Order: sequence, then C-alpha cells, then structure tokens
Amino acid sequence: MTSAKSVKLAVGLAGICLFFIAVFIGWARQPRQFRVDPPIAAALEQFRLMPNAISGTPAEVYFAMGKPYESTAFDLSQGKRLYAWFGCSQCHGDGTGKTGPSFLDGWWLYGPSMVSIVASIRDGRPHGMPAFKDEMTIDEIWQLAGYVKSVGAYSTSSKAPSRNDDKTDRPAENRAPAAILFNEGPVLPRPDQGPSR
Amino acid sequence: MIKALIIAVLVVSVAGCSGNQSALDVHGQSAVALKQLIVIMVIACAIIWLLVSGFLVWAVARRREVRDDEVTKRKMTVGVQSAAIATVIIVAGLTMISFYTTRLLNSAADDAVVVTVKGQQWWWQFVYKQDQNQALFQTANELHIPVGRDVRLELESIDVIHSFWVPSLAGKLDLIPGRKNILTMRADRPGIYRGQCAEFCGLQHSHMALMVIAEEKADYERWRMSQAAPAREPTSDEALAGKDVFTARQCAACHTIRGTPAVGTSGPDLTHVGARQMIGAGLLETTRGSLAAWIADPQTLKPGNNMPLVPLTSDELRQVSAYLEGLK
Repeated sequence: MTSAKSVKLAVGLAGICLFFIAVFIGWARQPRQFRVDPPIAAALEQFRLMPNAISGTPAEVYFAMGKPYESTAFDLSQGKRLYAWFGCSQCHGDGTGKTGPSFLDGWWLYGPSMVSIVASIRDGRPHGMPAFKDEMTIDEIWQLAGYVKSVGAYSTSSKAPSRNDDKTDRPAENRAPAAILFNEGPVLPRPDQGPSR
Repeated sequence: MIKALIIAVLVVSVAGCSGNQSALDVHGQSAVALKQLIVIMVIACAIIWLLVSGFLVWAVARRREVRDDEVTKRKMTVGVQSAAIATVIIVAGLTMISFYTTRLLNSAADDAVVVTVKGQQWWWQFVYKQDQNQALFQTANELHIPVGRDVRLELESIDVIHSFWVPSLAGKLDLIPGRKNILTMRADRPGIYRGQCAEFCGLQHSHMALMVIAEEKADYERWRMSQAAPAREPTSDEALAGKDVFTARQCAACHTIRGTPAVGTSGPDLTHVGARQMIGAGLLETTRGSLAAWIADPQTLKPGNNMPLVPLTSDELRQVSAYLEGLK
C-alpha cells in the first residue's frame, strides 16, 4: 500500500470515528425529567433548617440524586424560566435588586446555602418575601433556588442556564457576575443576617 | 405481483395528496391559483425534460458521419438558434405566469374580514376586531371564517419568526417580529382545514398547528356572536368551585376568561375554550380528561412550553377541568 493511500485511509477512518463520537455524545446527553417521582418530591420537602432559619441540611435524597438543581444546565434553565414566570424580577430585578435584596452583592440575608434559598421561596420571609408553596411544586422551587444561587455565584461555572434573548446589563449567570461586582468599590455596611433585620 | 405492488405504491403516494392539509387539495382562490401555477410549471418542465432526454438519446444512438458542407453548417446554426429562442420564450412565459399569479394572491375586497394573527411560542392567537381599532374577542389556534368572503390576515409575531401556512387555502407567509405582513385568503367551500407553522421556531415547532373552520354566513355569524359574549356562568357546583380555583390560583395570572377577574394576557384566552376542538395548538382534542391532563403536567405533554406545572389537589383539578370544559 502506498503512503498516499494509507493517509487517505487514516483520514477516512478518523472521520468515521468523529461521526460516531458525535452521535454517541448526542445520544448520551443528559436525560431530562419533567416531573420528579412523588416520593422524591416528598423527600425534597424534608430539609432541616438551623434554629435561626439560616442554613441547614437537605434530605439525603438530594445527595443521592447528585445535587442536580445547582449543577445541571437543564435545571438552571428551568429555574431561569421560573424566575421570569413567577415575577421574581418585580422585586429583585435581574438579580441586582429593586425593592427586594440584590443577589449580586455577596450578602445573603439568610446565608448562601441551597436550603436557605429554598426555604425563603417556599415559606417566605419577613419584610415582603411571599411564600410560593401553593404556587409552585417543590422541584420547581429547588430549580428556582439553584438559579438564584447561580446568579450570585462567586466563581465561574461550566453549567450555564439558557441565554437571554433580550439585552441585559450584566454578564451571563455562569460567569460569576457577583465577583465582578464585588471588586467595584468599598464594601457598604451590611445589615445583620437573619430574620431580625 | 409486481403490478399489485405498483398499484399499492401509487395508491399510497396519491393518498398523501388529499386530506385537510394539502397544497394539492385546494378549496380557496389563492391556493387554486398557486396549484394552477405549479401544474403549468411541472407540465412545461416535464415536456422540456422529455424533449431534451429524447434528443440526447438520439444524438448518442444515431450513426455518425463526418460531413463538412454548407448544408450541415446551416442546419446546425438554425437548430441552435431556434433552441435559444425557444428557451427565451419559455422562461419569459413562465415568469409572466408567475408574476400574474403572485399579483392575484393579495387582492382583497373592501368588505374583507380582518383578523390579527399573532404567532407565539408555540400557539396562534387570533384577534377579531369590531372595527378598525377595537378588538372584539380573541381565540387561539382556531380560526373561523365565512365561506366565499375574503379574509385579510394581519400577521404579527410576539417572539421569533413563524410562518402561517394553510395549504388548502393559501400560500405560506412569515410572521416577522416587529412588522405586519398581510395575507389574503378565501375558502370556497365549508370545511375544516388544517394549518401548521412552517418556519422552525423552537422546541415545539411541530406542535404549533391551527385549524381554519370555514362556515356558511349564518353559522359564522352565530359563532361570532357566541364568541363575543362573556364566558358562560357554570351551573354545577363542581364547575362553580373550579371557577373559584381558577381565579384564586395563578391560572388567572396568564389567562383571560372574560366576565371573571381572570385577565392575564401571556397565555391563550380561555373564555370559550370548551368550544374549541383542540387544545395545546393541535396537541389534544378538547375533552375534560385532556384538559385535566394538560393542567396536571403540561411539561411532559409539550416539553418546553410556557405553562408551568401548578400544584393542584386532585379535587381542584377535577373542579377546574369541569369548569373549563363547560366554557362553550
């Protein structure tokens, strides 16, 4: 076999391999679950908060699932849709805060843990945060909490929610906008954490 | 055996040409004009193709003699010249036919029915007007038109580019965000014609169907009156409870039911949802069961659509579906 022929053969084989790799990646994509099983949904409700309602621990099942709500692009995208659908931006803007607190200033009134955010959305908080437990399912609340957490993330992430169709005045969620805003100026005095604000 | 096979293949392939969504089964002025155009084009091109192929075969098969006299040269010159002239005439003729057909398509009479069509991911909103500016009522995914009268559709898009296509009645036309396209159509005979978004517009593009229901004048006026009226008050206790659930829960944030406090605008108007044949833009037939299924789990039925799953108890679900089914 001449060298030209073998080069052609190698290129052809490489092309075929690339094709099948692409097919495999397309086939092995992240499965989407549109509705969680009822027992898992029930378990997701069973998180425990610390006595001062800041931070706590989620149910064991959340770790068994692989912490999807803060780490998969699909759930983050769903969270972003929920953020728009349920009018979060009326008080929190695009994360910079309006009448409600900002998610970008690095200061979480009830701490940055997922459980705190889920509890805030589900049960509401004093000074105006309404409870959404009658309006959203528990997995929707977890998806939304994951998105809110990613909005205020300190470090970049390879998992991004879907991009905006409209113009926005801040970088994409997965590019750690919180960190950028941190470095902008002197830190303002913060209110105390917790309900006795 | 082979004969039977050929007949079977022909029957199957011709079966695709009839039905309520086919550009070859036409029942409207513009669709008829378009079909004539394509038939003329196909026949002309088929004849030309046959002539060219025949000539090629003859040229290959004929006995070749090398002759270099004046007579042969003149014959060849005449042959090439007449082929060139024929080409010019045919192309010009087809262009003229195409031009006049296109001009015919958008000539609406002055008394045309005007309906605003708003394409959205992934459903059709139809706004019927009282007069120039006043909206009379809205419906979704179901367009009723009177037979034998021009209908002027003002096509707009809320989000991305869609395309309005009802093959049996008219050609397709895009809905472009930020501009208004005008499509005129007319149905010559009563019937139900299916239409479909014909421009890929996202995840549920294929589930963005519509129905055009062409009715006689009296039927159309009756339908128009019933649609313009506010929603029917429920009679059964279950449906009454469903109305309370609908207005108290977040259904009312996105959907309008005229005559109730529900005035949301981001979802389809549900004032007469029970009278429509399909829900979810051609996804399911309107029955109480399918309404309940849709509310219980919209994201599994039509992944990616803009309706969130609302946590309702089974009693609330039964009540709401009874209420919606009764909104004739």
